[in-house]
Amino acid sequence: MSKNTEAMTVRPSPSAAVVRRRSQGELVLRRFLRHRAAVISLVLFVAVVLLAFAGGALWRHDYADITSAVSEPPSFEHPFGTDNLGHDTFAQVLRGTQRSIEIALLIALLAGLVGTLWGAFSGYYRGVVDSVMMRFADLVLTLPLLAVAAVLTRGTSGSWWFVALVIASLQWAYVSRVVRGVVLSLREKEYVEAGRALGATDRWIIFRHLIPNALGPIIVNVTILVAAAILVETALSFLGLGVQPPDTSLGLLVSGATTAVSTRPWLFYFPGAFIVVIALTINFIGDGLRDAFDPTQRKVRP
Amino acid sequence: MLTYTFRRLLVALPVIVASTFVVFLLVTMSGDPLANLKGRNPPPSPQVIAVEEHRLHLDQPVLQRYWTWMAGVARGDFGPSVRTNLDIGHEIAARFGVTLRLIAVAVVLALLLAVVVGVLSAVKQYSGVDYGFTFAAFLFLSMPSFWFAVLLKQGGISLNQLVGDQVVYTIGERSVVVDGGAWAQLADTAGHMVLPTISLALISFGAWSRFQRASMLDVLNSDYVLFARAKGLSRRRVVVRHALRTALIPMTTVTALDFASLISGAVIIETVFQWRGLGDFLVTSVNQRDAYAVLAWLLVVAVAVIVFNLIADLLYALLDPRIRYE
Amino acid sequence: MTREIVLEVEDLTVSFPTEDGLVRAVRGVSYTLRRGEVLGIVGESGSGKSVTSMAVMGLLPGSAKVGGSVRFRGQELVGAPDKELRTIRGGRIAMVFQDPMTSLNPVYPVGDQIAEAVRAHNDVSAAAARERAIELLAIMQIPRPRERARDYPHEFSGGMRQRVVIATAMANDPDVIIADEPTTALDVTVQAQVLRALETARAATDAAMVLITHDLGVVAGTADRVLVMYAGRPVELGDVDSIYYEPRMPYTLGLIGSLPRLDDARRGERLVPITGSPPSLLDLPPGCPFGPRCPMRQEVCESAEPELLAASAPDHLAACHFSADLEGRRPEDVFALTSADHPGGAR
Repeated sequence: MSKNTEAMTVRPSPSAAVVRRRSQGELVLRRFLRHRAAVISLVLFVAVVLLAFAGGALWRHDYADITSAVSEPPSFEHPFGTDNLGHDTFAQVLRGTQRSIEIALLIALLAGLVGTLWGAFSGYYRGVVDSVMMRFADLVLTLPLLAVAAVLTRGTSGSWWFVALVIASLQWAYVSRVVRGVVLSLREKEYVEAGRALGATDRWIIFRHLIPNALGPIIVNVTILVAAAILVETALSFLGLGVQPPDTSLGLLVSGATTAVSTRPWLFYFPGAFIVVIALTINFIGDGLRDAFDPTQRKVRP
Repeated sequence: MLTYTFRRLLVALPVIVASTFVVFLLVTMSGDPLANLKGRNPPPSPQVIAVEEHRLHLDQPVLQRYWTWMAGVARGDFGPSVRTNLDIGHEIAARFGVTLRLIAVAVVLALLLAVVVGVLSAVKQYSGVDYGFTFAAFLFLSMPSFWFAVLLKQGGISLNQLVGDQVVYTIGERSVVVDGGAWAQLADTAGHMVLPTISLALISFGAWSRFQRASMLDVLNSDYVLFARAKGLSRRRVVVRHALRTALIPMTTVTALDFASLISGAVIIETVFQWRGLGDFLVTSVNQRDAYAVLAWLLVVAVAVIVFNLIADLLYALLDPRIRYE
Repeated sequence: MTREIVLEVEDLTVSFPTEDGLVRAVRGVSYTLRRGEVLGIVGESGSGKSVTSMAVMGLLPGSAKVGGSVRFRGQELVGAPDKELRTIRGGRIAMVFQDPMTSLNPVYPVGDQIAEAVRAHNDVSAAAARERAIELLAIMQIPRPRERARDYPHEFSGGMRQRVVIATAMANDPDVIIADEPTTALDVTVQAQVLRALETARAATDAAMVLITHDLGVVAGTADRVLVMYAGRPVELGDVDSIYYEPRMPYTLGLIGSLPRLDDARRGERLVPITGSPPSLLDLPPGCPFGPRCPMRQEVCESAEPELLAASAPDHLAACHFSADLEGRRPEDVFALTSADHPGGAR
């Protein structure tokens, strides 16, 4: 067996054009930016948030101010008109938007946190623990959100963070189901086995491996949750069981305007439109995020 | 198949029992049922309050109250209402049918619409049709149901004014007096159902059509659809017999899982259109702090949701042969 | 005795536009197929072997750009309208896919799915089609075919499912059967079953067969001729003996060298793998695509892509500038024994 060294004169490998390796985060960002509707929605949403918070603070009227202009249609002074008591509708809508966003963010935080932990532990330990935890989550899921929230908020003052707490205490179950699903599929992967073989504690594996890898679906679901939360909160407020006066919510504004749809339409359409815009933009952002995080997507440019 | 059903039923029972307890705790924790009474002006005397407390079992410890209530429910007695002349059981039974027909018709409408839109979107992916439908779906699932319902109601009123006659009804689930026989009654009920069912259907259709689209896309890219094409089948046959058939299966689960949110939707719709159904019953009971009425409502709804989930599971097993033999 | 030509592929090219650019998956494949013969197409993943066959069947996604010519008994298939292709698909040219677990629709009984293929190309009654389906299952040696025809796919094992797929493929007496990696997803013990079933199908229909695989062992026993593909192009084409005993392209030599052998000469010797991995089809450098991995690489290999030219015989073609140098060479003469032995280290 002779090695014919002549045939093995080695030449340095030609530097072929290298396809640049991108980090995970970069890939996600690139894919997100390709989703036109999501990007437009993001811009719009940021604009609305800025308008609600910064604009609301800077606006010449406060939401609780009572002016002499009563039931007036939109004008330069009052871009969204006024109601029968003289409130400036524009200020009220901005305030209501603030409230809805604050509530939604709080819900996202609480439900996301609890749901993630619940689902991660349940999916990791499986067996009896999983059965019990998931049965409980299922139980929570079977209850109609609006109804239960309505029951729970009635007993209190209706401060906005309590409303958020109530809604979050029901929505965490959705997140937990999703996280559990992801964890169930991830825990069979080799790096979990390797981690265990190296002596890593369960908590380490869950927090350092499983949850970070589940981040994609978590973010997507929490985003969609936020949109749903806004719709629930405004519905509750519409029924009089959410945010209470003197504070205002977009739902409260709509409920006050239902009798005036034809006579003073500005009181009805503006708050409603804002709810739609907020929920729509968040939903599109969530859709964009879902596409961005899903590596199996393959959009072929026609 | 029978054992599968039986096993599912067996599992459902403890869930129902557990949910009754959870529900009971929720309601007892949610505030003082006598707050409205005590808040009256002039305030009632302590004896009156004490009598009410006793009638509503508020002087008993929680566990005993739960037991008393459960025992009563087993007999068909749903407990005392704050509204003294109200028989909770009867009232719920009467209103159940009203809400059921609202939800049933809305589900059928929403499902039909969602399947058509979802399939067309998937088959013509990335076309103008797809983008249009996608936007419509997102719009409807971002729409606050109460706002949309009021909008439709207003539209109905305007339509009636335009035509000069009552084409669609905007208040109540039926007219107070209906002349004529069964046919006129049916027409009257149908006329009242138009706007509310459309409202409820359009709200659900948004999410469902997205789901159908995703499911259909998944299936269209599957190996067995490719194999069907390789057999030389016509495009239509491939889409309908192979793709659609399998893509419809997850829709049963989606519909059932959404049942709870349909009930929430019904609460809103009934409030807006002033239907005397279960949704309206809940809102009134909550406002009046009628603990036992709310309890009864939650119990009935929880049972209904579980039953529907069970039906969906059975339907799924029927449609997907792989599940039947587990 | 030369039999009639059923399929003629000439300079077939396929490209896909993707988010990262244009992927040229197939860059000029040509071969002819005669009735009754078996052509084995061998290559790594990404070599373009499957895409070639999908192009022949017209099953590529709409965004794919197909060039060149594919003639089935004189009829041009590239660019033909789908209606025309449908009569050929499943009727005259049939395909067997890789994964039997996912090829069959889970909600319909197996017999119905075979019958469906029959009725798509023949005007027969449902009962007649079902009888034919049962007959086909029997040919494929599925026990109790009449009862089994009513069973669902998940009630069959992997090997049996693949035989059901093969039964579907032969249902309409096709002239060409394309088997795309028919044994890859199956256990080795089941592979023999499936290969035997394929041979039965071919013999019964007297069809030409294209057997696509990455497994040289599978090809050795069944093929009459072999086409080796690399980076979307054929790099060697010839009858099976020429390819195995007188390879004239380093890649082919390398493939043979990486096969474990049980016969005396090679037993106990170390395998001779090819280092490195296939190039990205997005951005192929000029010159021979196998160059970076080839121990015989010279300057000319980096600038000019070798053409497919006659090597040891007129019908044995190889694409290598130095194919003549490979005469009599064995894999271990050309390739290092292990990647560690290769100067420059393991890549």
